[in-house]
Amino acid sequence: MKKLLALFRRSNLDSELNEELDAHLEMAVADNQRKGMSTQEARRAALASLGGVAAARETHREARGLPPLETLLQDVKFSLRTLRRDAGMAVFAILISGLGVGACATVFSVVHTLLMRDPLPGMDRLVWMQNNTGPGLSARTTQVGYLQEVQRSAKSFSEAAGFFAFYSLGDLKLTGTGEPERLTGVPVTGNFFRVLGVETQLGRQFTAEEAQVNGPRAVIMGHAFWKTRMNSDPGVIGRTLTLNEQPVTVVGVLPAYFDFAAIFAPGQKIDVFVPFPLAEQTNRFGNTLSLVARLNPGVTAPAAHAEMEVSARRWRDEHKNWNDFVPRVISMRDYISGNIRGAMMLLSGAVGLVMLIVCANLSNLLLARANARQKEIAIRAALGAGRGRLIRQMLVESSLLSGAGALFGLVLAVGATRFLASLDAKVPMLAQVTLDWTAVAFTIAVAALTGIGFGFVPALRGSMMELQSAMKAGDRGSSAGREHARIRGTLVVSEVALACLLLVGTGLLIRSFLRVLDVNLGFQPEHALAVRIDPGRRFPNISERNAYYRTALENVKAQTGIEAAGLTDVLPLGTNRSWGSGNVGKTYERGKYPLAYVRIVSDGYFKSMGIALIAGRDFGPGDTPSSERAIIINETMAKRQWPGENPIGQKVRADGERVVVGIVHDVRHLALEQDGGSEMYIPMWQTTDFPLADLVVRGNLAQRDMEAAIRGQLRAQDPTLPVTVFRTLQGIVDRSVSPRRLIVMLLATFAGFAVILASLGIYGVISYSVTQRKKEMGIRMALGASGGAIRLEVLLQTLRLAAIGLGLGLAASWTLTRMIAGMLFGIEPGDPMTFGGALLMLASVALLAGFVPAQRASQLNPVEALRTE
Amino acid sequence: MVWGYHMNKMELLQGTLDVMVLQTLSTMGSLHGYGIARRIEQVSGNQVMLNQGTIYASLVRLQQRGWISAKWGTSENKRKAKFYTITRAGAKQLAADAAYWQRLTGVMERVFAVPAEES
Repeated sequence: MKKLLALFRRSNLDSELNEELDAHLEMAVADNQRKGMSTQEARRAALASLGGVAAARETHREARGLPPLETLLQDVKFSLRTLRRDAGMAVFAILISGLGVGACATVFSVVHTLLMRDPLPGMDRLVWMQNNTGPGLSARTTQVGYLQEVQRSAKSFSEAAGFFAFYSLGDLKLTGTGEPERLTGVPVTGNFFRVLGVETQLGRQFTAEEAQVNGPRAVIMGHAFWKTRMNSDPGVIGRTLTLNEQPVTVVGVLPAYFDFAAIFAPGQKIDVFVPFPLAEQTNRFGNTLSLVARLNPGVTAPAAHAEMEVSARRWRDEHKNWNDFVPRVISMRDYISGNIRGAMMLLSGAVGLVMLIVCANLSNLLLARANARQKEIAIRAALGAGRGRLIRQMLVESSLLSGAGALFGLVLAVGATRFLASLDAKVPMLAQVTLDWTAVAFTIAVAALTGIGFGFVPALRGSMMELQSAMKAGDRGSSAGREHARIRGTLVVSEVALACLLLVGTGLLIRSFLRVLDVNLGFQPEHALAVRIDPGRRFPNISERNAYYRTALENVKAQTGIEAAGLTDVLPLGTNRSWGSGNVGKTYERGKYPLAYVRIVSDGYFKSMGIALIAGRDFGPGDTPSSERAIIINETMAKRQWPGENPIGQKVRADGERVVVGIVHDVRHLALEQDGGSEMYIPMWQTTDFPLADLVVRGNLAQRDMEAAIRGQLRAQDPTLPVTVFRTLQGIVDRSVSPRRLIVMLLATFAGFAVILASLGIYGVISYSVTQRKKEMGIRMALGASGGAIRLEVLLQTLRLAAIGLGLGLAASWTLTRMIAGMLFGIEPGDPMTFGGALLMLASVALLAGFVPAQRASQLNPVEALRTE
Repeated sequence: MVWGYHMNKMELLQGTLDVMVLQTLSTMGSLHGYGIARRIEQVSGNQVMLNQGTIYASLVRLQQRGWISAKWGTSENKRKAKFYTITRAGAKQLAADAAYWQRLTGVMERVFAVPAEES
């Protein structure tokens, strides 16, 4: 306490001490004079035996005040002053360590959220059960009856639930609360939230009655919908909404932490949940459910899988008329992050490389600075600075640098994580990404250790050297200087190698991305819009329904600037469903019956999508309920089911018997990277089996004008029709490549950063060596060496460094890129173009970085160069 | 070596200066800093390398521990100076320190008195 007070009473104490020292000196001088010294001599001797007034004051202060705190303030002030003098270096060090910390903290936060955080309570006991009878959603979902069997007899699960996977965006029409609007509602089994472990925040879950066919109509709101549309109104429970022209009671609101879309439908916006009954009626829908289940204590996912595999065989035999069921049980964790894990590992590796480069560069920078400062430190030591004091000051300086870098990195990471969470990319849990403080702390520690290791240790060594030699030799030729130069050379070589590795990896993924974008989609996404136009009510009969859609279609087509319009129930790259599609008159073994993705479309659809007709005819207004039942198939289906024959005129069993009237081009509707398999198109006018209708319009108007024209026509026809959400086909395509784009974007940023850092590292080392060799070069130029020769020599020195780094980097890439083979599309991991490009790019960047100092060296004035030392 | 000078004089062991100051004040009564420094130099027969400035650090340390007290007064040549006096706690501490040093010197003497063994 006394010491603390002393800090504040400092000036008072100082003046007292001064007075005391004055008295001391006066008495000493008087004594000395008495011994016969002259006044001057007496004073000098008195000062000498006191050991200097300043030193006495300093030891006095150290003894009485809080020395660490007080000197710390002084050290901070001093460090700020020296850093300001060296502002370029300081800013640069802060920038690179900040960028490194920011990148690392961001990626690790993403990885943590995507791979490690549990978005559901007790998630380690949750499993995802998927049907596995082929590609496409229809083959991945399960019939209601099987869920009921699981609920009745499965020993592995305490409870199983599911949701209706064929919900579509905007299924529910909300009216009576202002402008009619489409909501997205997911039908879930009554126990769905209970199985997930999610409690309602307000109200309750669905009751058993509500989960029955024709039970009381109830809806549970998602938290986001309640917050934005209901203004977080706690009195919403019990209120009635009009959904699809039916009154529905609000019974519950879900908590904020539960985000259905983030887990099950990344990038979508889910508003509400309605009950999906498990009954004979819904069993008849076929495969509809995605299943989740909670494991009993002590049961693992593989054990549950084994049980399901055996049970499924029995159930299939008991219910011969049901669809096939080949269950695959995986942990919820694997379901959420299984697909993205590889990419996340890649990103972690990349950002780790970036951090290594940052550390190498920081080290390089600080080593150069420590080198240059050895002389300064030696002088300060000679002037009486204590070693402890010097060390403390160095520590303060490196901490200031790393602290500022960390702060900058933190700001970057906060911004970057917000940005990533706001992207509605198709990556599970991405929307939930928040800054992970463990990652932040870890990366800041790494940067700080680098700062201390390379800024502080060399400086410390400097403070311990022989002062005389340090002051005399400066930094040239001293053994420490030579050693530093070697370390810095090694650092630059490793920077180049790491940058090369990153560049090759990124190059491969960029080229894959371009190949993906280059893929023949089978349709033309430009200049086309889609909007849902099913009115959300039942039509009394098929002809009234046909009339409604026919009028809408013709009205829109009649607008100027509209080239084509058509209707479909399934847009590419969204959900999909498949039906059996056997040739009429042919028998198939069980399990060999052909399946095809089915689309219910109107005439004009192929034209509006830009899907090419290969053979036969398009649908037309003549395809009516009373005309011949027609079907159009894609090329793959034609080849698979009629190899070497003409399919036109053949008959298919799909929604009754149908005659093949045309063949169209394949469409990449599952993913850009994936073949679409067999596809078939059924005329809308001839069937009732479709849940919704999307209007696809192609035109040469600007998007906004086109939207306005369509909206005007549809509103005039039906004022209660919500015509709010338009999607461009290009947007749909972009969304489907969004995970790939996200990863390529992040990697490209890292690679660019790495190349810049490596080039700066090269520049630093070469320009330092030019400064060191100024005298030698001056002599050689005086003896007749030309500037060009000197420049060539410096450039060759640069190339040597770069070549070693590139050699190592390319070798490492050659072995390591094999690990990302699974993420590549259309190119080999050893793609020579990519390797060559990386080599060329890094070599030219290195040359550029070396050219500046080389040019400076070639323009040396020999006389000046010799005189400067 | 960089850090010191007066190489031919004895360097003070850490902590001995405080004891010397206490002992001086105990025998001389009230004294100012210069007086203490001179006294220590005289008593040691000018054997000790005393950086007089360090006296003041020692004085402030002892003061903070409550072993000495200070008061402004007038010196013999009519100069305003700070005079230090040992306190009761200081006297107790000195007694403990003196016992310790006496034991230590006894031990050191015996250590050096052991003749070198033939080996």
